[in-house]
Amino acid sequence: MSSSERFRPDLVAGVRTAGPILVGILPFALVTGISAIGAGLTIGEAIGMSLVVFAGASQLAAIDLIGSDAPFLVVVGTAVVINVRMVMYSASLAPYLRACSLRARGVAAYVLTDQAYAASVAEYETNEARGRLPYYLGVALSIWVVWQIGTAVGAVLGAGVPDALGLEFALPLVFLALLLPAMKDAGTTAAGLVGGAVALAVGTVGVPLNLDLPIAAASGVAAGVVVDTWRDT
Amino acid sequence: MTAWSHAGVWAAIAVIGICTFALRFSFIYLFGRIDAVPPRIRRVLRYVPAAVLAALVVPSVVAVEATVGATLLDDRVLAGAVAAAVAWRTENVLATIVVGMGTLWALRFGPALLG
Repeated sequence: MSSSERFRPDLVAGVRTAGPILVGILPFALVTGISAIGAGLTIGEAIGMSLVVFAGASQLAAIDLIGSDAPFLVVVGTAVVINVRMVMYSASLAPYLRACSLRARGVAAYVLTDQAYAASVAEYETNEARGRLPYYLGVALSIWVVWQIGTAVGAVLGAGVPDALGLEFALPLVFLALLLPAMKDAGTTAAGLVGGAVALAVGTVGVPLNLDLPIAAASGVAAGVVVDTWRDT
Repeated sequence: MTAWSHAGVWAAIAVIGICTFALRFSFIYLFGRIDAVPPRIRRVLRYVPAAVLAALVVPSVVAVEATVGATLLDDRVLAGAVAAAVAWRTENVLATIVVGMGTLWALRFGPALLG
């Protein structure tokens, strides 16, 4: 079978996996578009930010800070620090994409998100035969399309959606549905429990520069390694 | 409304975009140039998904209040707990969203509708 014949079914499988994730992405995208207009950005700037940055949490943080007239370096620094976690995803995905061309890896990097990463790695670990790049692109490009459309629609609609519906709650629900299957043994369970507890603790106490997520994630990973080492001896 | 100029907004978008791409490309670029990923790094990377996902979920569901009761009786915490049970049993993203959002709305708007 040629590689192009193998490409399509794996791409389609990725798009199928993305389906339910998109249900969680869409409200988040709408909220991001709506907040951009609320903060005083133009529709063009809101759409441009989604195209160039394509990272929800950091876009929301940047929009919030621009809206409160924060200095340039604070806006850029905060938005970039929130995305430091992408280095961990990049390192985790890299072994699976090693065989791909530089251009394909560049595209894969541009569309890298929390959800595309988590869904793809979960699939690679359970299905050795799955085509890595097409499956990943199926998930990641579906998310990209919905994010672009959602933030644009949100920007055009402006502030017409009631806050009380709590639509942004759909996003942690997506992460939750990906988290529980990822906690499959003692080490990964420890990583999840410690990561979550530390995130709540540092979020409550407050740490500078939005370093909450990197600190919590590093603590969780350390806990997993410790449990793993302890069980080996 | 922000006092930022349009040029300032576009400059911020460009810088954030370039830095974010560099973070995303970092290891995907580097590992393509070296022969194999060391087993020690692989062993650490195994724990990244659980740790990061938990760190994203917990603070957006739980907000620490003055008492344990007030913290646990929040509508997001209760809806999150029900959704976690569904996620654990079904491992299905859509079912988790539907049950979680349904529970949140029932807790928020149910009492008013009944009452």
